[in-house]
Amino acid sequence: MNASTIIFYVLAAIILGGAVAAVTNRKIFRAAISLLFSLIGIAGLYFYLDYQFIAAVQIVVYVGGIVVLIIFSIFLTQESGENMKRPAIGRVLFSGLAALFGCAFTILLIQDYQFVPTTLAAIEPTANNIGSQMLSTTEHGYILPFELVSILLLAAMIGCIVIAMKIKEPATNIIAPNALKIGDVTYTEVTIETIKEKVI
Amino acid sequence: MNNIGLPQMLIVSSILFFIGVYGFLTRRNMITMLMSIELILNSVNINFIAFNKYLYADKLDGLFFTIFIITIAAAEAAVAIAIIINLYRSYKSIDVEDANTMKF
Repeated sequence: MNASTIIFYVLAAIILGGAVAAVTNRKIFRAAISLLFSLIGIAGLYFYLDYQFIAAVQIVVYVGGIVVLIIFSIFLTQESGENMKRPAIGRVLFSGLAALFGCAFTILLIQDYQFVPTTLAAIEPTANNIGSQMLSTTEHGYILPFELVSILLLAAMIGCIVIAMKIKEPATNIIAPNALKIGDVTYTEVTIETIKEKVI
Repeated sequence: MNNIGLPQMLIVSSILFFIGVYGFLTRRNMITMLMSIELILNSVNINFIAFNKYLYADKLDGLFFTIFIITIAAAEAAVAIAIIINLYRSYKSIDVEDANTMKF
């Protein structure tokens, strides 16, 4: 039991404890904060595995972006102080059993499997290596998915604006503020003189 | 259990995955369902990174998959929250049981 092992188990406890609190807490705001802790724990796990770039991306995008977006939408749509409805007991029972059996099955398979690591020399996952392989146009480059993702982000941005946009009522029968309508006749630019002249 | 290797990482990520599945099945509030989906996506990311680190250290492909998954998850969360806010305007609630206009 050395320090590295202890750090791993602390990180795993943060991740799993945060995740359990995020799916069971009945106060929605506390669930969001638990999700935040879980995501920070996952970033810590990436640091533990020496993937600093991914850890930084995780903190920037998830912790700084998605969780803030979720908290923002909680404040827009919910009474965040109140408890949510308790889920039906049958649903809790059966989804709990499904998750438990699925988890046990997967863990059994993992423990029996013999993983064979590669013997080739390791590549350092530095930002330099990541960037030059991601943007290379050779056989193992990732330039095509990179461009596709940029188009996807543009489409998502336009889609969000269109979905969340408030559509104004179509403007019909607008009368100018100083107009007067009597019967079928509409008088524009009404002043005292026109009222005296035409109405009285 | 003294050395942390690939099996320990995979066990953590599979427990995280099934916690997400449990939350997705039990919760009926759209924002909390979205949070469960984020947990599931994160467990997949841990898997990719762990396989890349322990089995294929000579390549970077798992890392690229993780970067693309994080990007797509961000886009997905943004679109989902736009839909949720629009739904709240129409139904004054974001419970999935309340949005039953098109239910057969």
